[in-house]
Amino acid sequence: MTKNAFYEEVIIAGFGGQGIMLTGKLLAQTAMQAGREVTYMPSYGAEVRGGTANCMVVIADEPIACPVVGRPDSLIVLNKASLNKFCPRLKEGGLMIMNSSLIDIEPEPADEVEVIAVPADELAVELGNPKCTNMVALGAYLQRRGYLTVDAAAKALPDVLAKRYHKTLPVNTAALRRGAEFAQAKAGGV
Amino acid sequence: MIEKSDTCSETHKRILMCGNEALAEASIIAGLDAYFGYPITPQNEITAYMSRRMAEEGRVFIQSESELAAINMVFGASATGKRTMTSSSSPGISLMQEGMSYLAGAELPAVVVNVMRGGPGLGNIAPSQSDYFQATRGGGHGDYRTIVFGPSTVQELVDYMHLAFDLADVYRITVVILADGFLGQMMEPVLLEKKPHRELPAKDWALTGAKGREQNIVRSLWLPEGALEALNNKLKAKYELIEKNEVLCEQYEVEDAEIVVVAYGIAARIVRSAVSRAREEGIKAGWIRPITLWPFPTEQISRAAEEFKIFLTVEMSLGQMVEDVRLAVAGKAPVVFYGRPGGGTPTVDEILDKIKQLTIPEKR
Repeated sequence: MTKNAFYEEVIIAGFGGQGIMLTGKLLAQTAMQAGREVTYMPSYGAEVRGGTANCMVVIADEPIACPVVGRPDSLIVLNKASLNKFCPRLKEGGLMIMNSSLIDIEPEPADEVEVIAVPADELAVELGNPKCTNMVALGAYLQRRGYLTVDAAAKALPDVLAKRYHKTLPVNTAALRRGAEFAQAKAGGV
Repeated sequence: MIEKSDTCSETHKRILMCGNEALAEASIIAGLDAYFGYPITPQNEITAYMSRRMAEEGRVFIQSESELAAINMVFGASATGKRTMTSSSSPGISLMQEGMSYLAGAELPAVVVNVMRGGPGLGNIAPSQSDYFQATRGGGHGDYRTIVFGPSTVQELVDYMHLAFDLADVYRITVVILADGFLGQMMEPVLLEKKPHRELPAKDWALTGAKGREQNIVRSLWLPEGALEALNNKLKAKYELIEKNEVLCEQYEVEDAEIVVVAYGIAARIVRSAVSRAREEGIKAGWIRPITLWPFPTEQISRAAEEFKIFLTVEMSLGQMVEDVRLAVAGKAPVVFYGRPGGGTPTVDEILDKIKQLTIPEKR
């Protein structure tokens, strides 16, 4: 591993049923199509709707040694249980995208980190599909990190979304954009 | 030792696949005729994928009534000269040991994938490396060996599936792919196309109908005096040939290292990160990664032990491969073990701490 080479470790976590795995796969697919190295590791087994689910995505310029993320650079948390579990592990200078629709507490990260609170459920409902919470959050993440565009993610979406859900491509794309707009406005102090 | 090729340069052809599905597709590309399996986590994606794809290809897929049935179906299909495999996870692989011993006795080619989970017993479904003893010591009863691959990336799962089918046919032996829950579940970009393969002998021993030729007999029962001993000696010669020709291992900065970390499979990837960080901090560390677990890279490790180095073996178990490392080092250098059993995963920090403890005098 060369020092200072691009190396981004992400944990995405929430309830089973919130599309955590799809979000991770989309991030991985988008990064791969952009020519980067990538690993995607889901938690597996006992996950059911309403339970907890998480996945780890590593994106780098060189072959990735370790797919297991101990201390993530970025965290996307869609529920309170995930915040409590993963927030203490976030690296100093890291980024946390937090679904404030379901998280009513102030996060207490161990180190100095950037926290973007996104009312992802409300924004998804406004777009007409409450299932798009995950895409709103991912859009916000992509906007803040800037190494992949929302358009690239929208382009990769058909590759990871099962064919029977392809009718939801437009609303998912809109959700990615809405999340990015929200994060941009937030960061701009609006 | 093999040179690792940069498989990731052809970015446009890469597809994102989980290990289980990638190895299943690789088997189909390698010419698998018949798959038999019984579901168990964390390898269910293999059976599910095969149920769809083998049907699409017009080949044989059977979800057997048990693991015992699956391995004996493999025996039957292999006896007819077909390329065949089964897959399971630790408890299911234990159930298959009788059949694997019979395959060895009858010298039938087969590929068995073990996506390891924690044990003993039903254990749990978390990734583990605790079936090393079973895989590398034959596993069932009798004097026999299986070739064992310990891949560490999804791409290697694909590459060594191809090689596994070829080696099974070349040596008339069972080849075990020893993966774990991480490798089975994780997704990575892969290139699926078939790699150049070995020259394959004709299967003139197979049961294909004896019309116009002498009858072939496939058996593992050898009752006449001396018959089994003769078979055992024939197997021994075969195993020695495999030990001579088929060892695969990768190493990194071993020459000037004062500490060499030995690990395989997923653990080797975590070790790679830890060793890189140790180097950044000025510690002379290197690693050796056995790719074939049997035959074991005894010579490579033995050579590294010529000059005094500390050996640290890292596994997701209580210490199994470490015994082969000790045999290879043969008392020439200290061999230390660090492992996490039962689904625990050694972290980069834990391994780095261990490296520091062993190399920085004041930390000892």
